[in-house]
Amino acid sequence: MGKTLAEKLWDSHVVRSAEGVPDLLYIDMHLVHEVTSPQAFEGLRLAGRTVRRPDLTLATEDHNVPTERIELPIADPVSRTQVETLRKNCAEFGVRLYPMGNLEQGIVHVIGPQLGITQPGMTIVCGDSHTSTHGAFGALAFGIGTSQVEHVLASQTLPMDRPKTMAVTVDGDLPEGVTPKDVILAVIAKTGTGGGQGYMVEYRGTTFEQMSMEGRMTVCNMSIEWGARAGMVAPDETTFAYLKGRPHAPSGPEWDQAVAYWRSLRTDDDAVFDAEVSLDATTLTPFVTWGTNPGQGAPLSESVPDPAAFDDESDRVAAENALAYMGLSAGTRLRDIEVDTVFVGSCTNGRIEDLRAVAGVIKGRRVADGVRMLVVPGSMRVRAQAEAEGLDAIFAAAGAEWRSAGCSMCLGMNPDQLAPGERSASTSNRNFEGRQGKGGRTHLVSPLVAAATAVTGHLASPADL
Amino acid sequence: MDKFTVHTGQAMPLRRSNVDTDQIIPAVYLKRVSRTGFEDGLFAAWRANEPDFVLNQDRFARATILVAGPDFGIGSSREHAVWALLDYGFKAVISPRFGDIFRGNALKAGLLAVVLDEKIVQRLWDDIGDDPTTPVTVDLVERQVRWHGEVHAFELDDYTRWRLLEGLDDIGLTLQHSDDIAAYEAQRKPWLPATANSLT
Repeated sequence: MGKTLAEKLWDSHVVRSAEGVPDLLYIDMHLVHEVTSPQAFEGLRLAGRTVRRPDLTLATEDHNVPTERIELPIADPVSRTQVETLRKNCAEFGVRLYPMGNLEQGIVHVIGPQLGITQPGMTIVCGDSHTSTHGAFGALAFGIGTSQVEHVLASQTLPMDRPKTMAVTVDGDLPEGVTPKDVILAVIAKTGTGGGQGYMVEYRGTTFEQMSMEGRMTVCNMSIEWGARAGMVAPDETTFAYLKGRPHAPSGPEWDQAVAYWRSLRTDDDAVFDAEVSLDATTLTPFVTWGTNPGQGAPLSESVPDPAAFDDESDRVAAENALAYMGLSAGTRLRDIEVDTVFVGSCTNGRIEDLRAVAGVIKGRRVADGVRMLVVPGSMRVRAQAEAEGLDAIFAAAGAEWRSAGCSMCLGMNPDQLAPGERSASTSNRNFEGRQGKGGRTHLVSPLVAAATAVTGHLASPADL
Repeated sequence: MDKFTVHTGQAMPLRRSNVDTDQIIPAVYLKRVSRTGFEDGLFAAWRANEPDFVLNQDRFARATILVAGPDFGIGSSREHAVWALLDYGFKAVISPRFGDIFRGNALKAGLLAVVLDEKIVQRLWDDIGDDPTTPVTVDLVERQVRWHGEVHAFELDDYTRWRLLEGLDDIGLTLQHSDDIAAYEAQRKPWLPATANSLT
């Protein structure tokens, strides 16, 4: 019997396998940021251990960093200490770090692909659940906790049991105005937040084959939001074209060798997945969330659901709690929900194509009165590219704020936060209670919906303008 | 890491599903660089905003076992969620289903994450709701949860169980296989990326 892509990736990284113990898996690249690493470095120090492969490790500053006036020291002393601790640890253990102000700095899941460090066939880990992003290249990429960060630093390996495999097949052309974000939000609404639990997921079918690398990254990024351990797309010509010429991509004869190998990274025709889900892309419409987990979503054309309509008791209670927190009542048309803030950015939708999509909608229009719009590039290179294309001028003319790179308003760890009771349309990945700031209310949306919402002041798609 | 064998204590019902790690500990509490002192952040928003929240109820103040609804610990990979529960005094968490990363983190850090069927969890909720002093035993040796004559087996793989029973450090175990790691490294693809080592 043949193997799935996930099984090929797994098997090619097993250092040691024995009956009754987890496989020992080799890690090709370890990405590090300031939040989940300090206790790991401290653990090494206490045990007298070193970083086994600093050359397979890369650090950046993203969660805590302010996105304006970045030339100033970080004002919050606790955030500043965490960033300074990363700098000290990287210097002590010999790890390459791209700090705030560096052209290569940015959200860890944006800079890896951009540098060509994310390649097909690799294992990639980071102390961050959105590490699944890198699976878009046909890599096995997943988030880990701090104990595991320490483990990888010390040994460049992780002991793990192999998860099961699942295929998510989506076929057909995406209708006008429907983006990769809508696809993954629809998948999550279909499966629930626990639907992928215990699986390595491969996204297959013509919809993903036609998708750009950045779109595939958006989809793989949110794999964790339905519980999947990893998400991936088989590498193809789109992948190779994206990688060619990037700073860390292979070159010369090694490029040809690498591409020949990468072409073998496909699920065999006779391979069997442990589970399969499928979706028809042609039926999809812009999708938004109404609740407090990413599975609580619906097409923008619908209304806030009635909790009583849920069969499952825990789903019903969760919906009741969500509506109470979100300040919404059943039956309200989603299009009638007014927002205070629009956030464009994050490791989900902070790339150049996302910014171009937003600029395309907002060009020549104005952000609605009373609405604050933040546009935060995922990396300083994305920022530079956007400025080279004149996108910053379009945002400024519309009345949006143009920022420097970081996680920003995706999570309440830096100065970009919602105030209690404030409501946002956000291109990020989590609508959990308080995620964007204590008491903040989040609706997850695509970049196109974010842009149209900024213009109208209520949830909207470009077709409404 | 402390050994975990058998723990008997009071239990606290957290009658919610989809408790994500942002709820267990909000991001603002993740800025500490030490490994201890995270108990302040545990369920910080719910403790602050809901007077009746279960952690605010005196009758559950002695609880060392948390009993939660399905999909506990979904979302962010922050191990701080596990540390906050441990620092607060919890030894074990019971749920019908856990977020994968949370469960892995818990079992690395010595917080026993026990999966029980949702109906059993609901029965346990009712019993400890009626009498918070009900002694609940989480027995890793026998892989059972017991209370008031109820006995329910749970699954945990032999390797993880052994590691927890012995209180063993995963890293030390892995480093015994350094020769295997070196042998693997010798045959990696030549084009794989490397970040320049800033010490050289």
